[in-house]
Amino acid sequence: MSQIAPTSRDFGAWWYRRGRFIASHLVLAALAITMLMPFLWMVLASFKPLEEVEQLDPLPSVWRPQNYLQVFEQIPFARYYFNSLFVAAWVTLLQCLTSAMAAYAFSRLRWRGRDVVFRLYLGTLMIPGVVTMIPNYALMVNLHLLDSYLGLIVPASFSAFGTFLLRQFMLTIPPSLDEAAAIDGASHWRIFWDVIMPLARPGLITLAIFTFLGNYGSFFWPLILIKSEALRTLPIGMLYFDTNYGRQTNLIMAASVMNIIPLIILFVVSQKYLVRGIQLGAVKG
Amino acid sequence: MRPRARHREFVPAMGFLLPNFLGFVVFTLGPVVFSLGVSLSNWNLQRTIPFQWIGLENFLALLGSAEFWLYFVNTGYLMLGMPVAIAGSLALALLLSLRLRGIVAYRTLFYLPTFTSGVALMILWKALYNPSFGPINAAIEWLTGWHGPEWLLSTCNLLGLDVEQVGLTLKQWGLGARDALIIMGVWTAIGGNSMLLYLAALTNIPLELYEASQIDGAGRWQTFWSVTWPQLAPTTFFIVVMSFIGGLQGGFDQARVMTAGGPAGTTTTLAYYIYTKAFQEFQIGYASAVSWVLFIMIFVITLINWRFGSRELNY
Repeated sequence: MSQIAPTSRDFGAWWYRRGRFIASHLVLAALAITMLMPFLWMVLASFKPLEEVEQLDPLPSVWRPQNYLQVFEQIPFARYYFNSLFVAAWVTLLQCLTSAMAAYAFSRLRWRGRDVVFRLYLGTLMIPGVVTMIPNYALMVNLHLLDSYLGLIVPASFSAFGTFLLRQFMLTIPPSLDEAAAIDGASHWRIFWDVIMPLARPGLITLAIFTFLGNYGSFFWPLILIKSEALRTLPIGMLYFDTNYGRQTNLIMAASVMNIIPLIILFVVSQKYLVRGIQLGAVKG
Repeated sequence: MRPRARHREFVPAMGFLLPNFLGFVVFTLGPVVFSLGVSLSNWNLQRTIPFQWIGLENFLALLGSAEFWLYFVNTGYLMLGMPVAIAGSLALALLLSLRLRGIVAYRTLFYLPTFTSGVALMILWKALYNPSFGPINAAIEWLTGWHGPEWLLSTCNLLGLDVEQVGLTLKQWGLGARDALIIMGVWTAIGGNSMLLYLAALTNIPLELYEASQIDGAGRWQTFWSVTWPQLAPTTFFIVVMSFIGGLQGGFDQARVMTAGGPAGTTTTLAYYIYTKAFQEFQIGYASAVSWVLFIMIFVITLINWRFGSRELNY
């Protein structure tokens, strides 16, 4: 009987479950839409004619994709794009390499003073960026690296945090693997490059994502270092675009959309590494 | 390890360490020592005054200046968003730990503001907050008929902090620039890293604890306070400490992009103060002293963390 028509009691339980399921989805969807509202406004405003940006009506009366082209006409936006990607890519590459090498020395090799040096590295993690920023600026002035790619790339290419992150990761790789390679007569470089690096790949990818993210959006350092327009990165270019052409909200929103598109792509392809990275970063040594 | 092996590994270890260590010394360790030295001098980048060692004069000057304390209070005020963001992250994590179809998509959406945060989004919020043309005030006016607060142009705040001096006054009570920055900050952070940390911590709470709690006849709310909250304590402690450290150094990007530290200096945080002193007024010595005061505050919090924080979060 109950197989054909559920009793009221079964229905109650079913409805309760169903109801909670729908309620949870409703709450989540409402929250998500609220969170996404600023993004939505940005995208819609970027397609509007200027006079409609200030209107409450969310949809443009005419869609103007040419706003996006106009950004490239008014400012060297492609140049900013290139600068940001170029600097971030180099910093990421160098930081991963130098951090991995140091992490190898800290995690796989035994040498006198290792723990002292490592504690020194850890200790500097809490130093606020503003403390080192002023001396580093003075250093760049003396090395004549103001207003140059080298000045943007080199100081950012060494990271105590990256070293720490990769060391934690390499410690989880079983020592029997490199011991076996050492018995086979492999050099340290071979062990590092052919055994440890492939196994540390998830950690490296995590570090690469965070480094790229941080340097793509880096603001303070390029702001004080870069004077010429040709070397401006996206955040700096955006800042001056907003200050100098502040009234063209639709174009500024188009530029903002283009600014965050690479991030959204990176986000979609790298999600699973992100969570792991945040957790690794939270584990104190 | 046998001494021979230790000796054998010393030379290659130095080889592997060297590139990173050089960078570390040149761009971190050296600058820290240099900065401490500079903070004891009157170094001015414009060379208008002769260089001199002046001992602790910078520190005494800044501790006695009204400016410094106003900006210190501003920094603290902006950190009031922290508890809201942390509580929100926890609530969101509880919601997002439900086993629902499509939950991963929601997690992704909520993380988006953190991942894309930066100058572009600050420029977006500046447009959103525009008191006469922005959509926030347009929506407020449409809903209530009131034209809405002046947001980034207003020195008002929800505590009623005075503008010229440290203190409270009823005249300044309202919604203003600092509150606008707090709202933006909460929006950026709520679904971000703290939420992910809470989510990971939630999945690690042993289910037996919940079963035991159920047998004891505890309700949902009771179970949260007697099981979930204590189990999450190490995560909460870590998040609070990290938020404090971040908050003390924070506010620079917002001030530079959105408000120029104004109106009337109300969104100038210590980080922005250091920037203006060093790179607009070229008082490198004084700016370095401020940065060291900030460093000392962060150091104290780190000590508290080492003393009371658990050595490791359980994952």
